[in-house]
Formats: sequence, structure tokens, C-alpha cells
Amino acid sequence: MSNRKLLHLSRRQVIRGLLATTAFGITARFGTGCSSAEGGGGATDQVTMGFIYVGPKDDYGYNQAHAEGAAGVVESFDWVKIVEEASVPETTAVEESMRSMIDIDGATVLFPTSFGYFDPHILKLAEEYPDVQFFHCGGLYQEGTHPVNVASYFGYIDEAQYIAGIVAAHTSKTGKLGFIGAKPIPQVLRNINSFTLGARSVKPEVTTQAIFTGDWALPVKEAEAANSMADQGIDVLTCHVDSPKVVMETAEKRGIFSSGYHADQTALAPKGYLTGAEWDWTSVYSKIAEDIHAGKNLMDGSIPHILRGGLAEGFWKLSEYGPAVSEQAKQDAEAAKAAFMDGSMVIYNGEIKDNTGAVVVEASQSLKQQDPVLEQMNYLVEGVIGSVAS
Amino acid sequence: MATEALGWWGVPLAIAAGMMRGGTPFLFVSLGECLTEKSGKINLGLEGTLLMGAMSAYAISYLTGSPWLGVIAAGLAGVIFGLIHGWLSQQPRVNDVAVGIAMIIFGSGIAFFLGKPFIQPSAPQLATINLGAWSSLPPVQSALQISPLFLLGVAIAPLMHWFFQSTRWGLFIRAVGDSPEAARAMGVSIFKVRMLSVVAGSFLAGIGGASLSLYYPGLWSERVSSGQGLMAVALVIFAHWNPIQCLWASLLFGGAQALGPALQSVGIEQGYYLFNAAPYVLTLLIMIITCSPKRTLSGAPGALGTDT
Amino acid sequence: MVAHRKTLESICIPVGALAFSLVLFGAFCAAAGANPFGVYASIWKAAFGSWSTFQNTLIRASPLMLSALCTALPARLGLVIIGNEGALVVGGLGAVAAGLALSTAPPTVVQIGMALAGMAAGGLWIGAVGALRHYRAVNETISSLLMNYIAIALLNHLVGGPMRDPSSLNKPSTYPIAEINMLGSIPGTRIHYGLIYGLIACAIAYFLIQRTTFGFAARTAGGNIRAARIAGLPVGKLTMAICFLAGSCAGLAGMVEVAAVHGRANESLNANYGYGGILVAFIARHNPLAAALVSIMLGGILASGGILQRSHNLPDATVLVFQGLVFLVVLFSESLYGKFAIFKEPIVKAPSAPAVTAVV
Repeated sequence: MSNRKLLHLSRRQVIRGLLATTAFGITARFGTGCSSAEGGGGATDQVTMGFIYVGPKDDYGYNQAHAEGAAGVVESFDWVKIVEEASVPETTAVEESMRSMIDIDGATVLFPTSFGYFDPHILKLAEEYPDVQFFHCGGLYQEGTHPVNVASYFGYIDEAQYIAGIVAAHTSKTGKLGFIGAKPIPQVLRNINSFTLGARSVKPEVTTQAIFTGDWALPVKEAEAANSMADQGIDVLTCHVDSPKVVMETAEKRGIFSSGYHADQTALAPKGYLTGAEWDWTSVYSKIAEDIHAGKNLMDGSIPHILRGGLAEGFWKLSEYGPAVSEQAKQDAEAAKAAFMDGSMVIYNGEIKDNTGAVVVEASQSLKQQDPVLEQMNYLVEGVIGSVAS
Repeated sequence: MATEALGWWGVPLAIAAGMMRGGTPFLFVSLGECLTEKSGKINLGLEGTLLMGAMSAYAISYLTGSPWLGVIAAGLAGVIFGLIHGWLSQQPRVNDVAVGIAMIIFGSGIAFFLGKPFIQPSAPQLATINLGAWSSLPPVQSALQISPLFLLGVAIAPLMHWFFQSTRWGLFIRAVGDSPEAARAMGVSIFKVRMLSVVAGSFLAGIGGASLSLYYPGLWSERVSSGQGLMAVALVIFAHWNPIQCLWASLLFGGAQALGPALQSVGIEQGYYLFNAAPYVLTLLIMIITCSPKRTLSGAPGALGTDT
Repeated sequence: MVAHRKTLESICIPVGALAFSLVLFGAFCAAAGANPFGVYASIWKAAFGSWSTFQNTLIRASPLMLSALCTALPARLGLVIIGNEGALVVGGLGAVAAGLALSTAPPTVVQIGMALAGMAAGGLWIGAVGALRHYRAVNETISSLLMNYIAIALLNHLVGGPMRDPSSLNKPSTYPIAEINMLGSIPGTRIHYGLIYGLIACAIAYFLIQRTTFGFAARTAGGNIRAARIAGLPVGKLTMAICFLAGSCAGLAGMVEVAAVHGRANESLNANYGYGGILVAFIARHNPLAAALVSIMLGGILASGGILQRSHNLPDATVLVFQGLVFLVVLFSESLYGKFAIFKEPIVKAPSAPAVTAVV
């Protein structure tokens, strides 16, 4: 840094900055005449749906599952048009993205798919655009407090984790299972707990080690966690992070079993892959699209504000069983699947203790999947080694 | 597959393994940065180079089936980025820190853009050298699966030290970094020396990227580096611009990445965010202890951070 | 007239640089299979085309202005500080702590308290960098970079544990500050008051640096520390004062994020405004007024990121490439001053006008 810039600086810099901004616009203007193809037109009954993802669309995980769901809807119905934006942070940026989708692209239905978009961003926009319907993934809609054009949808994918737990317990030789989570939040805790309860339903002595990496995508930490668990004699790994690829591949390298999440990861671990909990957003999004096409909406209540579902409602599916899964394990898994299908299965059936010994579900209680209490889970059940404190 | 539990022994083992696996990218990037900074320029853009290296290595390995071609491609990608940085940061009135940050954005943008089709497929990985065959314990065997890239890095560190101390070219680089006027008097072209240093440093950083995508964690994703390229800049200062100490520092930083998960796996559950920040706190503390206004940091290139 | 050609030069070079980077980006888009002219039109439409979309640009620009000052002010002392992200994060944490502690006071008091707390937290954070620089000669670029990571870890730790609101279910956050204590929007717009704060801060910083003895002392010390010491300037105090001010600007940006956008502190505070701010400061050559304008330009680029995906099927990384190209070319253009004969004052009649591409 020298002192030569001290003089002659102010005016030049300011003019420069000013012009930079205007020129930016003017040069861009040259192109204005050339593109009128976008937007506008289309059939009268066309539905424009906007999808917003927090990360890249192709992460082999959370965002990809949603993006594939969106693509599935376009394939099924020719009256659906989608607009998509990926890598939108949970700041004012998402508000502006939603606004552009509505104002510029004419979207009337929005699917902002990251949990953190909900409060305050979606709530703010929903008040501003009462005619646009906002479907948010994972949040909890509160009747009366939140605008009527907002809905929240999520699947009981912990049912799939329960079945994966059954398969894992049958396959494990050491009786030690491992779960790599991003953060100790209810959605993750519920998966860990259901996985463990499933495992302990067939072998009560099985334990699950939980490790939290601290963030949704930290490949090096996830690989370290997987290796540490393998070192501790854990022989089945599953996870709840944005992109499970590294966990599956590390497990395969270490010669232990793995159970997938978000999407089908069989190809990553041909020997050790047992099964996996996969989202089926295509069926969910298609259902919503059809409802809207049929003239239903959130505002008059013809589409419910809380959309939840499990296997029976088509929110999730199970990966094909891998080669290491025994007949006995398959039988038990299929039996549980059938029980989920006919609604007779209740995972959180008292008495359930947490791993500090406190009772979290009373003996008299039987918490059905739809129970909102389960969406506020803040404990790890007996049999999980780990802590919810960060 | 009967694995025995290691208990508390798992922590030192995980750290030792983490040093070698997770330390490799740090090693290459820090050696590259060390070379660059010795010539008097700083290259914060190595984060972008690391990502570009990781992406190109994975893509080429997948497309050709040869991971070593991937490593070469990563190095070449590094060379291209190095040329841009080396040329741009030596223009008059252009600050190298600013160019570095612009290169992080540009480099990661290009890597993400071109890398989209390669997130899903599995590319052939570099074969490892298994030194753990003597042990019957699978964890030990796994920890001793050493990457040839790690060995290469370990070999380059003393070589670079020797290069700086005992060769004519090493002297030129140090002269250019320490006092450009003296170097100019010696008849050395400052532009050329810095250009070559930046390009060679960037080449090494590209190889570091290859170690991320072809060895550990062994995949291409947009979050694969999570700031390791930027960290390497701090690491060089931690190592006092000494390539051999870069090696130790890289091992330390690599091991630190394994600390949080390893402690959780033996039951220390809380404060993992703080454990994850341990390397940064440690570097800062060491800087505070070893720096002093009375003398300059030993090994610090005199022209670093100046506009000369 | 002496000044005219210089003025013309300072207009033509950045405009030319922008135009050239747009051409490069157009070529990139064409290579990626998109119509470059369509892309230009979309960028224009999404960033500056109407008052509504221009508000989008301004909203994105406002945190960048404050964040840029965190680099621009210390640069006057010759310090390269890149700890903007960290200062912003601790500023946000400080603001939320104050907002919660003062929750029973009248809204104006709470808002002032939050702003002061955010500024103090950010100021102390970067002030510490300045103190380390002065007393221990610790390289400020590296220490501020490290402090970023420490701040983010601190945020995650506090938000996930000690400061967590148990009802913030799937996105750990602190307790929210009351709705009534939030900063609103500028009347008639959807732009929050952060923009006004940013503009005022830039103006004050400009005045402070260019028009006061304090600023003069700082600039002198930045030119030559040893000379400044001999002249009797309190270099240590200057360093810490400037660093404190710089940090408090970024801290204020954190406060605005908390008080005008999120209403609470969580991981969304860490949204890369810091690194954007560093670039803005360098592009503006550390002039606070220019920083405000460059922020708007970067805001425009960011605002156009969405439409590139929606209308042109370009992947999300395209906007990064765009940003990178613009910044690299504009940084390069700095070196072109004085290289074009046409901008030389005619009296000089330079006998050996250097070639355009000459390398020094």
C-alpha cells in the first residue's frame, strides 16, 4: 500500500462507481429486443410451480430428491410448468427468488424446500401474495397464526428408518450400529430413534452410536465419523446428512454394511448396502399438482394445511434389499412394512425411556405418527449412545 | 468382518489416520502456498484451485478410467489458474489478496459449473499402498492404507526445503520475495520468478484437490473442500514458511479434523463445534506467541503483503 | 482543460472493463448453449429493469456496503483485513443478546441498544485484530481470516446450545426478538433500513477519512508507518481505532440481518456477505462512496443469479462465474490507468506512449 492513491482519488472513484452501475445496465439493455420467447402464453389451465432448493440440484441427496420429484411432475402432466432455482441461501435472497418467480414467471404455487425458508421468509411473502400458495417442506403450520395460503408437508420417513433398523439388527454381527447426523434437531433425532427402536424390536441388546458432524454437508468430517465408527466395531452405518454418498462409500471401503438415505444408493456400495429410506416426492408433488389443477386450494381449505404421510400415502419407499440381507430379516421387514401400510404399527408406543433413563413416552401413551409432539423430539431413546447437546 | 472395538485407542488411531488421509490436501496446498509466498505474493485463490483440481481429477479419472491421468489433469488445471493469478496479481495497482478472492469465486464457479455431471458417478480411485498387512486389526489396516499422493507430498517437502536452501533457483525466489530491489540488481526478472512460483504453487494445489476427490474422502461434491484451501494460507504462516514444518503442520491440521468425530465415538459428546474450531484457535495462539513487534517472523518473506 | 481527460479516463476504463467482462460472460453463456443477448436482457430485467427488481438489487447491496467498510477503512492504514464475515456474525450475536436483554424497554431504545451492541461486538472483534497487529505484530490478514472461522464456530455453538430457543425445532436459533423491536422497511418500498444505515455509514466513513484530521493522520500512517511514528502520530491508537470502526460497520451489518431480516441469530447470518464485502472494497479502491456504488453493482449481479437459472436453464454456479469474471476484469482494469495515449494530457505529448498491453 503506498500513498500514491491518496490524491486524485475521490472524484475519480466516485464517478467510476456511478458509471459502473449505469453502464452495467446500459450494456445489458442492448439485448432487450432479442428475447421475447420467455414467459407469457400457454394454455389457460396451465399451472406454474416454482421450486427452490438450498443447495445444488444434483447432490445425490436431499435437494436431488426434491428436484427429481419436481421433474417427475412435469413428466406426468403437460399442463404443469416448473421454474427452479438452486443454491438459494436462507436470507432475503429466498424472498427475492420467490418474488421473482411470482412476478416475472407467473408462478402460482411455490415449493421452497428448505426448512429454514419458513420463518420469516415464506410467512412474509405469503402475507404479501395472498393468492399464491406456498407449500413448505418440513415446517409446522399453525392454524390461526400463519397465513391461510401456507401449508407444510413432510413424510414420516422414520418409518423407513424403523424398517432399516430391523434389517440392520439382523445383519449386524457386533450388535453395534452407527448413525451420522448433521445436527441434533427433531427430524434427525426422530430418524435415529426410529432406527434404534426398529433394531431393538428384533434384538433388544443392539445399540446405535450417534455422531453429529455439525453441518449438512461436510464430506471430510462425515468420512472421519464413518471411519471412527468402523474403528469402534460398528458394522452398520446410516446417516442423515444432505449427501450420503461419502458415508456409503466409506462404509463399503471399510467392509461394513450401510443403509441409505434420501435416494437409492445401491450403486455406491454393491456389497454392503442393506436397504435405504428414499423419498418419493414425485407422488407427493403430483398429488398436490392434481388438486390444484382440479381447482382446489389452501385458502378455502380444500387442500389441508398440514400434509403428512408415510408409506401408505406414498411419501417414502424402501431401496431394494442388498445381497447381505437374510431371509429372516426380509420377513421381519416386510411384516413391519405391511403393518405400516394398514396403519396398525405405532413406533412410539409407551413406555419409552431416553438414554439418560427418563421416561419420554408414558406407558399409557401411544403416539401415532401424526402426533405433533413427535415433531418436537429432543431426546435420544434408550440404546442410542450420544447426546442432543451440541 | 469380525471387527474388534478399539475403545479409547480409537482416538489416537483416528487422529493418526486422519493426519495421513486428511492432511494430504493440506500438505499440497500449503507447499504450494509456501512456494508462492516465498516469492513475495500471496494466493488466497488456492481454495478455488483446490476445488478445480478436485473436479478435474475426478472427471478425468471417470472419463478415462485412469486416476493418474486425473492427477495430471488436476495439476494442469492448477497451472492454468496459476497463470491467471500470477499474471493478474503482478499488474500495477492490482492487489494480490483481491485477485485471490476473485479467483476463489471464479474458480469455484467454473469447477461447480463443469462438475455438475460428475457428482453422481463413481470414478476409479487411486490405489493405496497398504502398510498395515502385519496387523490383524482391521482398523489398523485401514489407517495404514496410505495414498501414494501422501508419500509424494512427504517427499516434496524436504526437496523444496533443499531447493530453497541450496539451489540457485531457490536463492532467486528468496531474493525476489525478500528484497525485490536486490533481486533486480542481481539481474533476476521479478516477474518471471514470481510467475513461475505462483504457477508451480498452483500446480501443487491442484494435486491437493486430486487427493480430495481420488483418495479421501474420495468423491466430487461442491462442498468437498469446505475451506481447506484458505486454511492452508494460515498454515504456511504457522509453519514459518518452512516446507518441512509445512509437513508437520499439515499432519496436525489433518489430525484435528478427525478429533471431533473420534471423541464423539468414544462418548465425549459436547462442544464439537468448538473442537472443530481447534485448529484455527491453535494457529492464532501460536501466531500470538511467536510473533513480536521487535523482530519480524523468522522466515517471513520481506516483500509479502507489500505492493512491490 | 487538465481535468477532462483524466475524468474521461476514469469513466472509460471501468465502463470498458464492465463491457468486456459482459462480452466474456456472453461468450461463456454461448458456449454453455444459452443465447447471450437473451442473457443480457434477463440480467437487465432482473437487476435494474423496473423499480421492483431494482429493489431486489438494493436489498442485496445493503449488507455488502457495511461489510465492505470493514476492509476499506483499515486499508487506509495499509492493513488488509478480511475478517468481515466474523465481525458480522459476532455483531449479529451481540445484537440479539442486547435485543433479548432489553426486551421490556421501548422499541427505539431496544433498536439503539441492538445497534450499539452489534457495533461494539464487531468492533471489539476486529479491534482485537488491530491490537494483535500493533502489540504482537501478528499479520492482520491471517489473524482476521482465522477469526472468521472462530466466530462461525462460536455462532454454531451458542445457537446450538447455550442460546438456543428450544422451540426452534429443525433450525437451531436463538430466542426471537419481539416483532415490535424489529427494524421495518423504508416507507413505500420493501427495502429494510439496512440500506439507509449502509449509505450513511459510507458517507460518514468518507467524511472521516477524507475530511478530518483523524483521517489525515490515518492516511499518513498508512503511507509510511515509520515516518508517522517519527512525526509523533499515535500509530497504535490509530490502528485500534480504525479497526474498531471497521469492525463496528460489519457488526452493524450483522445487527441489521438480525433486526431487519431474521429476527433471531442462526446459521443464516453466515451468508457470504463478508467475502463479497472484501471484493467490493478492493474494487472501490477502498473509497467508501465508491464502495456504496460497487455494492449496488454486485447486488445487481446477485439479483440476476435466479433468472439465469429460471429462464436460461443455466446451472446455479453460473452466477459465480459471472461474478468472478466481472471482478477479475475490473481488477485488471486498474492497471490500465495512464496506459492509453488518448487520455494523456495533450501538453505532455508523451514521446514514448507505452503500448496498451505492455507488462511492467
